[in-house]
Amino acid sequence: MIELYPFIIEAIQIIIVLLFAPLFIGWVRMLKCWFQGRTSAGLFQPYRDIIKLFNKDVVLAENASWIFRFTPYLVFGVTVLAGGIIPILSVSLPFATVADVIAIVALFAMVRFFTALAGMDVGTAFGGMGSSREMMIGSLAEPAMLMAIFTVSLISQTTSLSNMVDVIIHKEFILRPSMAFALLAFVLISITETGRIPVDNPATHLELTMIHEAMILEYSGRHLALIEWAGMLKLFLFTTIGIASFFPWGISTSVNLLNISAGIIFLILKLGFLGIGLILIETGLAKMRIFRVPEFLGSAFLLSTLGMLSYFILE
Amino acid sequence: MSINLAAQINSIMAALILLTAFGLLVQRRMYGLLHLFAWQGLFLSVSTAIVGYVSGTHHLYISSILTLALKVVLIPYILHFLMRQLHIHKEVEQLVNIPTTMLIGIALVIFSYYLTAPIRELSTLVTRSTLAVALATVMLGLLMMITRRHAVTQIIGFLALENGLFFAATSATYGMPLVVELGVALDILIAAFIFGIFFFQIRTTFDSLDVEQMTKLKEED
Repeated sequence: MIELYPFIIEAIQIIIVLLFAPLFIGWVRMLKCWFQGRTSAGLFQPYRDIIKLFNKDVVLAENASWIFRFTPYLVFGVTVLAGGIIPILSVSLPFATVADVIAIVALFAMVRFFTALAGMDVGTAFGGMGSSREMMIGSLAEPAMLMAIFTVSLISQTTSLSNMVDVIIHKEFILRPSMAFALLAFVLISITETGRIPVDNPATHLELTMIHEAMILEYSGRHLALIEWAGMLKLFLFTTIGIASFFPWGISTSVNLLNISAGIIFLILKLGFLGIGLILIETGLAKMRIFRVPEFLGSAFLLSTLGMLSYFILE
Repeated sequence: MSINLAAQINSIMAALILLTAFGLLVQRRMYGLLHLFAWQGLFLSVSTAIVGYVSGTHHLYISSILTLALKVVLIPYILHFLMRQLHIHKEVEQLVNIPTTMLIGIALVIFSYYLTAPIRELSTLVTRSTLAVALATVMLGLLMMITRRHAVTQIIGFLALENGLFFAATSATYGMPLVVELGVALDILIAAFIFGIFFFQIRTTFDSLDVEQMTKLKEED
């Protein structure tokens, strides 16, 4: 029975990832409404949106190829797989040994690649525009992301997220400038990767400014539901990667179901606070011009490099 | 507060000074530059006080207060006054674009780390590791003076460079003698006034503070 525990934990974690991601989005949208003085649609509106989309018919363009039809399933599947690898509740996950943090970045890159292909597949102008913008952003965000993660890996001497969490929890706490830099860089990159303000606006369908929405404009019905759900998962997963690398306290390091329930409570608390932080950033800033985004990501890269350098210089 | 914790806070301050030095390099707005410069002065002052605490040299507290008064309050105030008088609101013009400047800056940090590595081996001070940051701040100040065209930004670059030198003195040797530091502080203050007079002179001669105009200052053949 004991050797089955990790698999039970893994299953609980995947269920939590699937269920909490829309809830987290609901929380973020609710906060945003409150900050802007509007009445919110409630915490459970994302669930209702997804269910509604699943019940609708799919409308496919005549010239859509298999890539267009296959992409939603791949995007959703790969994102859920990433959700199985990241230590959200516990570090003893059977999936965690499969892939380290570099592989997780690669998984997200695969999602981006296929979404961009699908955006261009039908041949509308918006899809192509969205894809080219997304690839530009991706090519700048991924190196910065890797540099930020490498800084944490340098400190914990491992690239596996589970081991990182384990090392950081058990090590004596030291004020580290490198971690502060890496955290700042990671925040900038997460905002970019999950398409939030100031880089992209998730709530707009204004032609000139959309990036992610432009790529998925042609999707409908269950395809759209899967892509939207995967988008929610992506925000949730980036938040949990941030938690695992920078504030891992509370994640269970032993195979024990009691610790897991404590882990869930910690997770909810942390997500609640991070949601507030995200909304403070979003309401405080205006969306940037697209040609300012390279500069934004350049500073993310600068910060993560400074983090790595200050590990060598100051520690 | 233990020595260890103080050293950790000092290296955080060093990191923040480095960050503000980069911030000065990439900031476009004049008033933003001024605020960043004031922040750098504040971090420098806190770091000096911490070094004073760690080493038990009390005159560092005095120079910390001097830094606070001069570089956080007085000089930014003077520059702010000058900018208002001269009606400078424009975005800063640069010779090299910002991402390239950032990359050059990173290269300079690596270079100064490489340069100070042997000194670091020799020193026994708690603050020895911040020497590389101090040198990098000096170089970033120089880089700012090279890449900016406007007289006011060049002055801010110069003052940031001086911050770096001051930081180098505290981190490498636990500070200069008090007399020297008082002299330097007075020099900086006088320099700020003289810069002000120069700004007005430059502007009345060329109608702009762009130092490119000074290439006209040569004899006709």
